[in-house]
Amino acid sequence: MKKSALPDPFAQAREAKGYGTVEDQNDPVTMLLRLKDVRKTAKDTKTFQSGAAPGRIVVPSEVSIRDTRQIPFEVDPPMHGEYRALLEDWFKRPEQPDYRESLEEIITELVDEALQMDSLEVMEQFALKLQSRALTLLLNIPYEESETWIGWGMHVFRSEESALDGDKAAILYDYIDAQIDKAIEHPGDDLYSVLLDSEIEGRKLTKEEVKGVMILTFAGGRDTVINAVTNSIAYFAEHPESLTRLDNEPEITAHAVEELVRYFSPLTHMGRVVTEDTQVCEHAAKADTRVSLCWASANRDASTFENPNEIVIDRKMNPHVGFGFGIHKCLGATHARQVLRVLLGVLAQKVKSIDILEQKDNIEDWGEFQRKVGYDSIQVEFHRKD
Amino acid sequence: MAKITFITSDNETIVAEANSGSVMELAKDNNVNGIDGDCGGVCSCATCHVHVAAGDFDKVGAPGEIEADMLELEDNYNEHSRLCCQIDISDAIDGVTLHVVN
Repeated sequence: MKKSALPDPFAQAREAKGYGTVEDQNDPVTMLLRLKDVRKTAKDTKTFQSGAAPGRIVVPSEVSIRDTRQIPFEVDPPMHGEYRALLEDWFKRPEQPDYRESLEEIITELVDEALQMDSLEVMEQFALKLQSRALTLLLNIPYEESETWIGWGMHVFRSEESALDGDKAAILYDYIDAQIDKAIEHPGDDLYSVLLDSEIEGRKLTKEEVKGVMILTFAGGRDTVINAVTNSIAYFAEHPESLTRLDNEPEITAHAVEELVRYFSPLTHMGRVVTEDTQVCEHAAKADTRVSLCWASANRDASTFENPNEIVIDRKMNPHVGFGFGIHKCLGATHARQVLRVLLGVLAQKVKSIDILEQKDNIEDWGEFQRKVGYDSIQVEFHRKD
Repeated sequence: MAKITFITSDNETIVAEANSGSVMELAKDNNVNGIDGDCGGVCSCATCHVHVAAGDFDKVGAPGEIEADMLELEDNYNEHSRLCCQIDISDAIDGVTLHVVN
């Protein structure tokens, strides 16, 4: 097994029965493992709702540590569409040339820095910085603000001891409250101000709604982007030929990014609450219980993907669900794609090879499934091109 | 060379030409409203859904199995639906009209 590999722990259960079960704070979750079931369930927002108690569709559940509803993520139609329409244009900004140029500056600086160091720990010294600095672009706020977020360290939500830590979550929630108050006093052209000035159903968004969008933006795009960036570095360390190929054929970059997202599936799964007694995968699902859409398993479903456990860097047919599926698909996907596309471009241009010196895998515990999602830490050495 | 006519959901008509690539890329290059092509053309995002004009469907052809699996869960799916990232530009599709769904 290569050091950068992310094994598929779901294969046997996916083929044999199509689902698995994970206990979570007395609110167990039936994990759906097959691509077709995941897609179908994601589309059926009536039977499988997101607008349950705030925090309940997240696994592990955040019901005990969060009252604010994340928007539009924890809202069902028709209101979901109203919120989403408000946000779409803003979250498409990463496609603009000047946004891409700013990203290139951020990433080039980090790669140049890495090339000068004897070695570096990728999560803290590269990916966290990249994610935080790139987020200033998405929020349209000064670059310097990223220092605050980098100072929070790796796990605002996830502490070392337990998956859920209310004190850590409060750091983010208090920070966002303060930023919203600041934007009310001094409106600008940042996301906070734009949201505060937005209208829905003929009224202004409330502070609580703005907070709900901002929590989603921070929380949804932190660990996921950090893992995708770090896993990419680990992959290229063991596949320098892919870097060469990307340098020679930059036109395959977009395909490569989709393939990395499929293989890494930075978000393992996301829950839904069942609204009426039904069946999923010939398994009874009772009203007011939880199911989850296991993106990570669906993305290795051999009934759709040839050689699902291999990274085929220019995979052409790739109907993955790494960014989710249906109306709740990742709002930050345009940003994440641009981050990864630029990262691959800069690496291919400047880096000859990368050595992995030491690593500690981050293994998620989902009851019967143990899934490597990335690294707790990974020390590497970058080598520049001649 | 293939000439493609796009008709958007707000009834704008855009005629575009190309020799190669996919129809999705052609639409993006010509700023056809409603064709986002978020995933870059790997049949993952379904943001390039078109209805092929009835008389042109034979020229364009039916979707493959993986594309059909995606399409049948889409809103406004019908028997002329295609994801245009999966339609390659060639002389064979010269002159077709595509109605943009979104």
